[in-house]
Amino acid sequence: MIHERRFLARWLLGGGFTASIVSFLYPALKFMNPPELPEASVNEVTAGKVQDLKPNSGKIVKFGSRPALLVRLGETEFRAFSAICSHLNCTVQYQESTHQIWCACHNGLYDLNGKVVSGPPPAPLEEYDVRLRGEVVVISRKA
Amino acid sequence: MKGWFHVFLILAALPLAAQDSCLTCHKALEGSLQKPALAFQDDIHAHAGFSCADCHGGDRTSGDMEQSMSRARGFTGKIARGAVPRLCARCHSDAALMHKFQPQQRVDQLAQYQTSVHGKRLAAGDTAVANCVDCHSVHDIRAVRNALSPVHPLRLPETCARCHADPKHMAKYKIDTNQFAQYRGSVHWEALSKRGDLSAPSCASCHGNHGATPPQVASVASVCGTCHVLFEDLYAKSPHKPVFDSMGAAGCVVCHGNHGITKPSSAMLAGPKAVCTQCHDATSAGGVASADMGALIAKLDTALNRSDAVLAQAQNSGMEVSEPWLQQIEGREHLIKARVAVHAFRTAAVNKPVQDGLAIAAATRKAGEDALKERDSRRIGLGISLITIVITMLGLWLAIRALEARPPGEGLGVGG
Amino acid sequence: MPESETPKQVGESWLEERLGLASIKEFAAHKTVPVHSATIWYYFGGITLFLFVIQVLTGILLLLYYRPTTTEAYESVQFIVTRVPFGWLVRSIHSWSANLMILMAFIHMFSVVFLHAYRRPREITWLSGIALLGLALGFGFSGYLLPWNKVSYFATKVGTDMAASVPVVGEQIARFLRGGAEVGGATLTRFFGFHVAVLPGLTTVLLVVHLALVQKFGMSSPPWLKDVKLAQMKFFPNFFLRELMAWYAALGVLGSLAAIFSWELGEKADPFASAPAGIRPEWYFLAPFYTLKLIPSHVLHIEGELLGLLGFALLAVWWVALPFWASARDGTLRTRWVQGAAVALIAYLVTFSALGYWR
Repeated sequence: MIHERRFLARWLLGGGFTASIVSFLYPALKFMNPPELPEASVNEVTAGKVQDLKPNSGKIVKFGSRPALLVRLGETEFRAFSAICSHLNCTVQYQESTHQIWCACHNGLYDLNGKVVSGPPPAPLEEYDVRLRGEVVVISRKA
Repeated sequence: MKGWFHVFLILAALPLAAQDSCLTCHKALEGSLQKPALAFQDDIHAHAGFSCADCHGGDRTSGDMEQSMSRARGFTGKIARGAVPRLCARCHSDAALMHKFQPQQRVDQLAQYQTSVHGKRLAAGDTAVANCVDCHSVHDIRAVRNALSPVHPLRLPETCARCHADPKHMAKYKIDTNQFAQYRGSVHWEALSKRGDLSAPSCASCHGNHGATPPQVASVASVCGTCHVLFEDLYAKSPHKPVFDSMGAAGCVVCHGNHGITKPSSAMLAGPKAVCTQCHDATSAGGVASADMGALIAKLDTALNRSDAVLAQAQNSGMEVSEPWLQQIEGREHLIKARVAVHAFRTAAVNKPVQDGLAIAAATRKAGEDALKERDSRRIGLGISLITIVITMLGLWLAIRALEARPPGEGLGVGG
Repeated sequence: MPESETPKQVGESWLEERLGLASIKEFAAHKTVPVHSATIWYYFGGITLFLFVIQVLTGILLLLYYRPTTTEAYESVQFIVTRVPFGWLVRSIHSWSANLMILMAFIHMFSVVFLHAYRRPREITWLSGIALLGLALGFGFSGYLLPWNKVSYFATKVGTDMAASVPVVGEQIARFLRGGAEVGGATLTRFFGFHVAVLPGLTTVLLVVHLALVQKFGMSSPPWLKDVKLAQMKFFPNFFLRELMAWYAALGVLGSLAAIFSWELGEKADPFASAPAGIRPEWYFLAPFYTLKLIPSHVLHIEGELLGLLGFALLAVWWVALPFWASARDGTLRTRWVQGAAVALIAYLVTFSALGYWR
């Protein structure tokens, strides 16, 4: 009887112990394996490839938790701004005909330096740095 | 006694006479003779070096009342109400003069005023209408951007209301006096007074200031459209414009009102407080379109709110859902676009942004549901590891019992 | 010529020649634990140690992704919790285990007091234990700032401000802690250094001393059983198997807390925002925190806060010196005094922590 108990005990102990160790090691090992996106993007964001944006056009990209407006002026000249209008937080857009940034909500206009040209916005748009890493456009906060 | 007092003052003031004898004497007087002199200290004209004599005539250098207030020297005394605009315009319409003080200063105020209802009536002899000093004040005139000026954006409505909200004053013109009260209940006043948004419109923004006239029926949409550009564009291309024009109805005002404009909502499209049903029969094309548009917008609103609820639930269970929350902002922008599209008064125009928004709401709802599923799978994972832990503990307990070959608590290895 | 040995025996004798573990094995085989009604309290030191090991392991894992700068700390924790597989689990375990470890340390300390295990010749064990408790609180205080959220920023501000009110050297102490005049990036760097290098180093040294002394003197039996011949349980395997059961139970509790009550991320710290209402430190600092709140700003021309800190200092010195005043000159133990003091201290800590939490 004692031997049977010992046998059962040994199996439960061994099996349970192994299983529990596996249930601890499995998450730990998965944790150590870096995820697809290896870093938190806080101050810098890739905004697609150069070819994705035609000259004299703009597009909205995500920058951290906020939208940003990327404008391609010429072959190599890019500008980027926070896309949040300083009036009532609508998302602005690039106007190709006037080379200005326009807010559809109350007709606010900004120039390509982010300064207010006309309309209700009380403050300029925050400007970001844009650099090219090969083919990739990278937007980052100004130092 | 008074005479001696005056002589004393004059003698005392002699050294200062070169500055401005009008002010010097009048400051020492009392009551209504003293008030303007004290007020003038705050006047923008005084800061620019002007004196009472520049409007009232007379000689500012002389301390002698006979001389300083002599008709021969141009003294005009109290200025007649009808003469005020021309008097101000003597300088304010002189470009060469004004540009010495402010190069960008406009000099067309009198010309504008003469086109206004106020100006025309004044010219016809009605002195009860507003002239320059009624709005800009007199003797303590401040720059428009000075918060104490009666024509500062935050104070302008109550300045206009001084007459326009006074039933006794307006009775003879047969003009309503409810505009100010209505305006105070409007979104625009709320933006101005509560948010401090000085770009929000007040009386002068739509009516003009010097050339104040109500916008004509045909031009109301253009007036609103100076800020609300997209709405004017859509309205102009919509079926409503030709119809309203032919009816003599004032565009935006028909549905939104003019002075008491409140925050619009889907309730205006469908339901008991709907605006559309005031003209459109429920079975007519317009009635059906308004009901459809209302239904689409309500559908998107509901879908977005449902996603909000799921995401909130996930977040409260400890799941991290900041990405879908951000997408919800984008989804809400489509809702705004849909509400804008209503002004094309065609269901198809509203449908597109609604579908885009519904796609986003579906995605965020799925993200929230996935987060809840992940939470559940975590609990299952926990359950599995708890089971292994319990099994191991059971195994340990049995091992202990087996080792000690007696119920636990007695004989624990080396005997006592 | 030795008879042919099994591979196992060959291996063992190879190691024995080079490491000389036979004496340790001897010691381990003979180590026993007294069995009596209070034996259950013997487990709490081991549980505290176990939880500390969990902290080290989960801490090392978190180190793989954490970044100690004001612009990246919060975001890196957010990254761990949202993007790294099981990151939420590792982080929650680390936060929960920290709290459980400090709780277990307090229970262990009070059980030592009630069983009078601090008495001669174990005074240095007591002193090293108190130092370890202090280090644990230091771990808690420094680690709490690292996620750089609103709660942790303001809790650190309150804590360092309290340090500044120490007379004469207070400002310098506060400056040293903060790395400057204000809580900011410098504080974060410093606290990170304390948390992952300085405190672990000191803890390791003190742990070795503490554990070595426990091995040296064995488990203490309560004084009222000193004339009784107590049954003894072998440490290996009997007590150890039971200890494993306790550790597994602790794991179960820890895992459940971490999975069901995930540790919050909070909002990123904003040094320019005003403190949110109801800011308070972690629970293990609540009692002194609330006490200081209660003391009026001036008592007989002395600054209230100063009086409070003085009170805590005296209380600490008195408590640390427990083994020395607990023994009378003739060697008898002032057990009633000690029990009374311990009960009073527990009552104070529990009451004021509760008040600090709910007020």
